[in-house]
Amino acid sequence: MQEIIIDVLLAAVVLTALVFRFYVGTRPDSSMTKKQRVMLERILASSAVLLVLQLIPVTLFARLDEALFPSAGRWLRFALYLADYFLIGYDILRKAWKGILNRQVFDENFLMAVATVGAMALAIYENGDYLEAIAVMLFYQIGEWFQSYAVGKSRRSISDLMDIRPDYANIVQDGELEQVDPDEVEIGTVIVVQPGEKVPIDGIVVEGRSSLNTSALTGESLPREVQEGDEIISGCINQTGLLKIRTTKEFGESTVSKILDLVENASSRKSKSEDFISKFARIYTPAVCYSALALAVLPPLVRMLAMDLSADWGTWVYRALTFLVISCPCALVISIPLSFFAGIGGASREGVLVKGSNYLEILSQTKTLVFDKTGTLTQGVFEVNGIHHSDLDDAKLIEYAALAESASSHPISKSLQRAYGKKPDRSRVSDIQEISGRGIIAKVDGIEVAAGNDKLMEQLGISYIPCHHAGTIIHMAIRGAYAGHILISDIVKPNAKKAIASLKAAGVEKTVMLTGDAKKVADQVAEELAIDTVYSELLPADKVSKVEELLQQETGKAKLAFVGDGINDAPVLSRADIGIAMGAMGSDAAIEAADIVLMDDDPMKIAKAIKISRKCLRIVYQNIVMAIGVKAACLILGAVGIANMYLAIFADVGVMIIAVLNAIRCLSVKNL
Amino acid sequence: MKKTYKIEVDCANCANKMEQAAQKTTGVQNATVNFMTQKMTVEFDEGQEPKAVMQDVLKACKKVEPDCEIYL
Repeated sequence: MQEIIIDVLLAAVVLTALVFRFYVGTRPDSSMTKKQRVMLERILASSAVLLVLQLIPVTLFARLDEALFPSAGRWLRFALYLADYFLIGYDILRKAWKGILNRQVFDENFLMAVATVGAMALAIYENGDYLEAIAVMLFYQIGEWFQSYAVGKSRRSISDLMDIRPDYANIVQDGELEQVDPDEVEIGTVIVVQPGEKVPIDGIVVEGRSSLNTSALTGESLPREVQEGDEIISGCINQTGLLKIRTTKEFGESTVSKILDLVENASSRKSKSEDFISKFARIYTPAVCYSALALAVLPPLVRMLAMDLSADWGTWVYRALTFLVISCPCALVISIPLSFFAGIGGASREGVLVKGSNYLEILSQTKTLVFDKTGTLTQGVFEVNGIHHSDLDDAKLIEYAALAESASSHPISKSLQRAYGKKPDRSRVSDIQEISGRGIIAKVDGIEVAAGNDKLMEQLGISYIPCHHAGTIIHMAIRGAYAGHILISDIVKPNAKKAIASLKAAGVEKTVMLTGDAKKVADQVAEELAIDTVYSELLPADKVSKVEELLQQETGKAKLAFVGDGINDAPVLSRADIGIAMGAMGSDAAIEAADIVLMDDDPMKIAKAIKISRKCLRIVYQNIVMAIGVKAACLILGAVGIANMYLAIFADVGVMIIAVLNAIRCLSVKNL
Repeated sequence: MKKTYKIEVDCANCANKMEQAAQKTTGVQNATVNFMTQKMTVEFDEGQEPKAVMQDVLKACKKVEPDCEIYL
């Protein structure tokens, strides 16, 4: 029965190998390396030979005995199998030998060599099952080949995902467009970016208008419009019009280089799980080897000496060899870094840059999330948020306010100008009288307009209606009569409420908001967004001490993350277990200070980052538990003689294949 | 001083072994091998000549994993 299964499997291997060799491997986009190609041919040849040998009946060899000399058939059969064994396993044997010479005994090559040579020896002794040794070696090699192919392929596809590196920059020389290495472009050079090309270097648009695709940087598919005078970030793809850009940075200092650097180095910072696995692998293999030795020697001795039974060396040596086959830690060692790498790659595709596997791990344990209000949950720009108690048209009132304040450079005035939307015609304004700390009185189209706070109204003796909203209030009086007030406040980001809810759904237990703003404003925002705790009226230094306080309240494995906009909250970012900077496109300081960088300023991305990290870590743990669990089960079954070498090798290769496939799932994070 | 080298190594465990071997080489302060990006980052001790040290690193790595390659 077992023989039939193996024969069928061999046939399947031959077929699959043929497909890979002559179909997949010959396609132009095939990522097979030369080494893999050679190995594939060896697998193909030796499995085909093995299959043929299996199909030749043993009686044929027996007939040779009669025709030539006694046991001629036996030796010929052995020679043929041995040739096949060397065909598939010679490199393993060589490496094992080198390993012994270099005193690096306990590696998987050594284990496989000992296990299969041992099985071969047992087979010669019994003139029987050479198949076992060769099959074990063959399937081990298939496993190795698959691992190297799958890892290489996923490595390439992840690298392709992150491939935002521009290959050249266009500069105009003698009236002609010339492609140069972006490294050689000096600051202040004007470069030309044609539609469909990547912007290679950060700069300012000096000519042309176009829409940019920033999705490679931010994961945001909405195009961004740019025109003359706008800053432009490298890594975006120019979609519609020709742009001339004056560079403001060198290539190496540009956003795209910084991001690539960061992502490429990310997987070098190892997580605790990875450390655990490499330590585990270091202990595991020798431990299994010594147990195998003990298994081969001790039970027979005990049987002989203590129990007065026959030693039964063959059985115990076979069990020990089975043990050795299971001892390769490959599934674990490969799948954990692959998971993290895929997770980091997938995240960067979504505009979430993670600086290391360790941060991904910490992020997944985050239970407390601390937000800086301005720029994180709110937009950080003050805008007209409401007009109340006005008899006039809203637009008219804004027009009066904007004109009256047109001479002022105060942020409030700027918000009014923005709300007005047009360039104020200064000639319509006269007799401007700025009353410091109160407001402005001016004549607009000859009509007296007063715009200012409560104190101005009191000074002018005009009764006003106080506002119950939080924010800056500008009371308006026209011709000495109250005309309502304009509310200017920082506006909450459109996705903020949804983001908080989705963070809670993702497993964050506590949300905290820190702000330097007035209590009234802070409380209102917190209530609107359903944030648990608010600390308001904080100075920058207070924020650090608040975070420290919150850090002390943490218990066990729960971690605290701080989200800021990267501007003047660097100390807090580095103090928290994990610092997340958002809206970092183009902000070097934020990229430096944070552990995780969100390329755009959508708060939903925080929830997304946490979900990605959770998924990735879940897969890591699945792989750890599955691989160790299956190995432990096989070890026990092998020791008591239930599992034979076939089961051992299938467990080993099978677990590895499943673990690798599972790890690649980390890449798909789009719909989290 | 820190330098990054392109490497070629087939299995993750071999990458771990290379990392250990590189770390133990004299003149190397710290070394990390990134299997996924096939890169080795070596931090050299003060006053060491990277070229000479890397020859030793290569030798040590070849010892633990004959199939590996470091592109110096």
